[in-house]
Amino acid sequence: MAEWSLYEVFVRSKHGLNHKHVGSVHASDAEMAMENARDLYTRRNEGVSIWVVPSDAITASASDEKEVLFDPSEDKVYRHASFYKLPDEVGHM
Amino acid sequence: MYAQLVETGAKRVKSLDEMSPEERAFQEKIDAEVKIEPKNWMPEGYRKTLVRQISQHAHSEVVGMLPEGNWVTRAPTLKRKLQLMAKIQDEAGHGLYLYSAMETLGADRDEEIEKLHQGKAKYSSIFNYPTLNWADMGAVGWLVDGAAIVNQVVLQRTSYGPYSRAMIRICKEESFHQRQGYQILLDMMREGTEEQKQMVQDAINRLWWPALMMFGPHDDESPNSQQSMAWKIKRKSNDELRQMFIDQTVPQLEYLGCTAPDPDLKWNEETGHYDFGEINWQEFYDVLKGNGPCNRERIKTRKNAIDEGAWVREAAVAYAKKQKQRAEAA
Repeated sequence: MAEWSLYEVFVRSKHGLNHKHVGSVHASDAEMAMENARDLYTRRNEGVSIWVVPSDAITASASDEKEVLFDPSEDKVYRHASFYKLPDEVGHM
Repeated sequence: MYAQLVETGAKRVKSLDEMSPEERAFQEKIDAEVKIEPKNWMPEGYRKTLVRQISQHAHSEVVGMLPEGNWVTRAPTLKRKLQLMAKIQDEAGHGLYLYSAMETLGADRDEEIEKLHQGKAKYSSIFNYPTLNWADMGAVGWLVDGAAIVNQVVLQRTSYGPYSRAMIRICKEESFHQRQGYQILLDMMREGTEEQKQMVQDAINRLWWPALMMFGPHDDESPNSQQSMAWKIKRKSNDELRQMFIDQTVPQLEYLGCTAPDPDLKWNEETGHYDFGEINWQEFYDVLKGNGPCNRERIKTRKNAIDEGAWVREAAVAYAKKQKQRAEAA
């Protein structure tokens, strides 16, 4: 099995929703990865569409880089609608 | 419990003062109920304990298919056969979810499976008992999956993210297993012949104690439990879980119109729990050591499956290579 690759599996649970990561499978090629993903992750109508992606094609942020990566957005409160206070008379906006 | 006697390498739990700064930050995260993820720093002992526990859990799912596989061709009706196959397929799936969670800790699936085949890795003692009659399929679903559910529901809150997420997925599917098992027994008790009713009682007599053993030794005989609890890998102790299982199972047993092979089993008004007799621990340790009724047969069947399937895996790799070469040439 050492020669088999790891694939990450994404499933769209129903039309109109995003594909969501559900797990991974081992397979000798993409076609088998698709079949294995179907058997493993959609035995009870969990999806209407599957993506399989070779795991080594994914670049992930490291969790200890969290601060460097996400800090810049933390002090920009003006990016949120709730930052702008409007008088009650204006009503819902 | 699908994992029993998981070695933590710790003789006692360190206090926060005795820990290195890294260890302390880790423990404080655990205490604050923050999940640990694969790329986070973790003590080597935590990582190793998890690899042992998750692989043991995965092996149990995979070996757990064998006693049931025994009955696929003998199921009494097509409906029962389909249900049994669906349950077995779920177990293969559960094994895979768990092996994947284990691999996030840097462990290699092939290596861990090899350890199982060499007898170095454990799997739940329960699967070393034979399934002798059709009622055993009912009793396994009801009692064995029932005991596993009690354990797994709590493990959904385990501190390691990938393990916890695998457990959530598994728990969603598992209640079908228990209900189909109970229904097999219920049908036999309601509509069966006298002989079939006796088969149900016989299955319960044989599987009752081994099901209770699944939760592992008493808390005071379980040196690794304390460390696992401190790391929140385990969330409830063996004895607590066993008591929960008994309390919820006895009323179901009575509804079936059957009895447990335990003269000491009775409701205790004062504690609000059932009292029960002592488990034969010698038998438990013997089975774990590899001397249960079916240990050798189970491992042999697993090895055969791997060896006899080798050509299929080789063919798949050869096919993938050829397809790739063709695509490159075109």
